[in-house]
Amino acid sequence: MKKVYSRPKSLKPAHFHYCPGCGHSIVNRLIAEVIDEMNLGDKIICVAPAGCGMLIYNYFDVDCLESAHGRGAAVATGIKRVRPDNLVVSYQGDGDLAAIGTAESFHAANRGENITIIFVNNGVYGMTGGQMAPTTILDQVTTTTPVGRISEKAGHPVRMCEVLAVLDGTSYLERVAVHKPAAIVATKKALVKAFQHQMNKTGFSMVEILSPCPTNWKMDPLQACKWVEDVMSKQFPIGLVKEVQC
Amino acid sequence: MKKLMSGNAAAGEAAVLAGCTCYFGYPITPQNELTEYMAKRVPEAGGVFIQSESEIAAINMVLGASVAGARAMTSSSGPGISLKQEGISYLAADELPAVILNMVRGGPGMGNISPAQSDYLQATRGGGHGDYRTIVLAPSSVQEIADLMPLAFDLAEKYRNPVVVLGDGMLGQMMEPVEFDHIKKPEPVAKDYILTGAKGRPSRMVRSLIFDVKEQEEHNWKLARKFQRIEQNEVRYETHLVDDAELVVIAYGTAARIAKGAIARLRQEGLKVGMIRPITLWPFPTKIIQETSKTIHDFFVFEMSAGQLVEDVKLSLEGKGRVHFYGRPGGVIPTPVELFRIISRHCYQIQRVKKS
Repeated sequence: MKKVYSRPKSLKPAHFHYCPGCGHSIVNRLIAEVIDEMNLGDKIICVAPAGCGMLIYNYFDVDCLESAHGRGAAVATGIKRVRPDNLVVSYQGDGDLAAIGTAESFHAANRGENITIIFVNNGVYGMTGGQMAPTTILDQVTTTTPVGRISEKAGHPVRMCEVLAVLDGTSYLERVAVHKPAAIVATKKALVKAFQHQMNKTGFSMVEILSPCPTNWKMDPLQACKWVEDVMSKQFPIGLVKEVQC
Repeated sequence: MKKLMSGNAAAGEAAVLAGCTCYFGYPITPQNELTEYMAKRVPEAGGVFIQSESEIAAINMVLGASVAGARAMTSSSGPGISLKQEGISYLAADELPAVILNMVRGGPGMGNISPAQSDYLQATRGGGHGDYRTIVLAPSSVQEIADLMPLAFDLAEKYRNPVVVLGDGMLGQMMEPVEFDHIKKPEPVAKDYILTGAKGRPSRMVRSLIFDVKEQEEHNWKLARKFQRIEQNEVRYETHLVDDAELVVIAYGTAARIAKGAIARLRQEGLKVGMIRPITLWPFPTKIIQETSKTIHDFFVFEMSAGQLVEDVKLSLEGKGRVHFYGRPGGVIPTPVELFRIISRHCYQIQRVKKS
């Protein structure tokens, strides 16, 4: 019988800790597939964040560093400057990248660091129990916005790809999603492109991935996918935000 | 050959000669000359210089460079060092080498840009969150800065732990003749913990998140055993005219320099005063202080703070001996004459007590 589907080589034989319907597991698998297909297993150095993505080093069978909350872009900068021939990838969530780590993300992008950030945007702080994130959309109910996010009190959702697009150091910024098969295929293509940009040393690359969080959104997995399609992607338009010649 | 250099610049030159290839820093007075020196010197030597967006970013870049295998450092002063504490805690937890230089200024808060020794407790107690220590080296001259920088990198790598070099605004700004000829480039050592891409070996992970409390406890004990080894092996201090002394001054860094001047005057007056100068503030030279207390009962702690080093002296003496204290916080630099007056008063009082 022909084998059509198996565990990517870069994924350890471990059980994901992610909740049912969580987008992280899809993103992890896609990254592992891309590492295998681009033959990057002995070249990549991953930086794990604080948050739901923290335990990627238990899953990826590649060199991994765990960063302090929000500092991914800074530690990735340190690694990349010492080892310019390695592929340095920082995996971050919305609170990590766009709240506590805004300065590090912004300035790494502005310096045009040849690093790639994989930014999983699920609109909440997942690991700590579903508090408001910088990307929580208006009126969205979270544990710290019990009547929904009100802009007058809690500000507006941050569109990080668009924020970073104005910086001359950014080379590739694309927003994708993992809520339906076609989107997943596009996400994988975006990851490949981001890695190519880094290998060609064209500057800072980031793939923002809209990702369902049924547990903290208080939805079932199907409702969560539908919410990405109907609500979240209206606030965060899916598609290429910026690409310079690679 | 001796060169006339500021302490800040000398720290940079010594670091580069000792194989430091990465410097990350953010401007803050009174240590800017070091950042500026490194901006020119490190790239010339083929290394990495980044003026970071913040102190937090700088220490995390140090962490990244260290995990990638490089000798990396950052520098700052008081307020900036507070911001770096997060990263220093992670460096200690991850067991990664790094050198952090603090040219201390008056504090707390914004304080001022004058020399002070008010960060003693922050430096010697770890400074950030969690159960850890940093090795703390305290130079008292520009030459000693140049001597201790290579040691800082060696110790950081030997014990895989952050090392703090604790100076002050005076040491950073002051120019003195300094020699670097003795500094040798380190032999490249194989590091089996760094991340290079898993080529021809199993993948590695460097992390400090340990959910299992027993595993976390074991990690803490492992660090504690390492800190015990450091306490056993790495204590450094200087004694000055202690043998016949009736009173021993305990001071470090710039304060020790001032005290030496005062002691010269006191000796001229026939007052038998000596000094123990801790060079490592952690590990603290407890043993020599205990030994000394067998024959000498009066200790005079002098520091440019409201009283921090004095705590370690009292802990070392375990209730034995008398501890006198003179502190000048807030960025005040006392003169040797001032200190001479204060110490001589104590000496005469001790003599009076002895006679009666």
